[in-house]
Amino acid sequence: MDADRISRSLARIAHEILERNRGVESLALVGIRSRGVPLAARIARELKHLSSTDVPTGALDITLYRDDLMRHAVGPQPVIRRTEIPFSIDDKVILLVDDVLYTGRTIRAALDALIDFGRPRAIQLVALVDRGHRELPIRADYVGRNIPTSPQQSVQVRLLELDGLDEVELQG
Amino acid sequence: MSTVTALRSRHLLGIAGLEPDEIDLVLDTALAMKEVATRPIKKVPTLRGRTIINLFFEASTRTRMSFELAEKRLSADTLGMTVSGSSVSKGETLADTARTLEAMAPDMIVMRHAASGAPHQLARICRSSIINAGDGMHEHPTQALLDAFTMREHKGRLKGLRVAIVGDLVHSRVLRSNVQLLTKVGAQVVACGPPTLIPPGLDALGVRVTSSMDAAVDGADVVMMLRVQHERMHGLFFPSVREYFRLFGLTPARLARAAPEAIVMHPGPMNRGVEIDSDVADGPWSVILDQVANGVAVRMAVLYLLAGGEERADATVV
Repeated sequence: MDADRISRSLARIAHEILERNRGVESLALVGIRSRGVPLAARIARELKHLSSTDVPTGALDITLYRDDLMRHAVGPQPVIRRTEIPFSIDDKVILLVDDVLYTGRTIRAALDALIDFGRPRAIQLVALVDRGHRELPIRADYVGRNIPTSPQQSVQVRLLELDGLDEVELQG
Repeated sequence: MSTVTALRSRHLLGIAGLEPDEIDLVLDTALAMKEVATRPIKKVPTLRGRTIINLFFEASTRTRMSFELAEKRLSADTLGMTVSGSSVSKGETLADTARTLEAMAPDMIVMRHAASGAPHQLARICRSSIINAGDGMHEHPTQALLDAFTMREHKGRLKGLRVAIVGDLVHSRVLRSNVQLLTKVGAQVVACGPPTLIPPGLDALGVRVTSSMDAAVDGADVVMMLRVQHERMHGLFFPSVREYFRLFGLTPARLARAAPEAIVMHPGPMNRGVEIDSDVADGPWSVILDQVANGVAVRMAVLYLLAGGEERADATVV
């Protein structure tokens, strides 16, 4: 996927979000660190463009909720970054945003983390890329692109805000 | 952001064993941990299934409660042991106590002891990670880390900061840990106290030493007051509390000599009217309660970072 394709995917996802939720009323975006955060900001811009409304946007670091943290006491702990959700998620429809949906374990951790912030009315999942190979019963509500992969391959998402360019690359 | 992603040792025995990049890592991690306290549910599942023993051979309220809260916020299982009512008062040696606790397979032991170096001895015996919560007149690393975190929070940096540390220097492990940390990260430290309460060799640690409080506070960005530790004074170190307050107490008039927007710190518990005036302790420049709040976040960071580390089975003894 190149920059053009990524931006058209996000624009389409914004339309789908509006259609499915019948507007932006009570919506909020939460991006999963690292690359879900700029993606959430871009979707917020699209929604603003379409509805002239600012959708509250937050950032979630799921490190403290990972299921592989304490399984083997080997090697360094992952670096923790800040979670910033400056609004109440109670009774909101939360759009959880991540770059790549793979095993589903990150999303499981993010769901646990979100529930600790309150009781949203619903949580919907946005993924720029769905590469398959789920290990948990989790699916995305909005997908930029489905990319069939083998488990040996890796999907690299690079975004302007963090990596200096927009692209999705399939490696291996 | 810090340049390392892990601490090099599986113990935190003192600031002496930490490199500047490790200090940055703890402070950056603490920043993320601090956010947990703002949530409706102030608890994360990170240390679920880990056992932490709090071994306090010396009276402690705030440090112990701060560690316990940090442990609980990370979902660890914790148990505490105090001196009174334990086998220690029945004559057991530290080594035997350690081996007994070790047999219960804890993952970490948080220890405070009146003897300098006691946690180091524990680290040689135990396979668990040892965290020093204050050993005698030696070190109190998590206090220095939370002090640094608080300074960075209010001043935006540590390098080049002018820090005056005033009071009972000789009995203070807070001083020793703070001096090591602050000199490692490039802050300028002035230590001030009555000549009878200045430990020999302090100036060799890269600290300016003075007995003039005015000179110490002059232009300081941070004024850190230390408690007069009456319980450790087995002799006459100064003539009277009134005279001590007159010469070394922090008053609004004296604080006026410090840099604009200077902050006042105190590790607690405070002796109002001995080392600090109530108007200063309760004034807008005081960050003393921020220190308490930050203590929990910094201890969560230390517990988290030490929970990783090497494979326990073949871990080397330091």
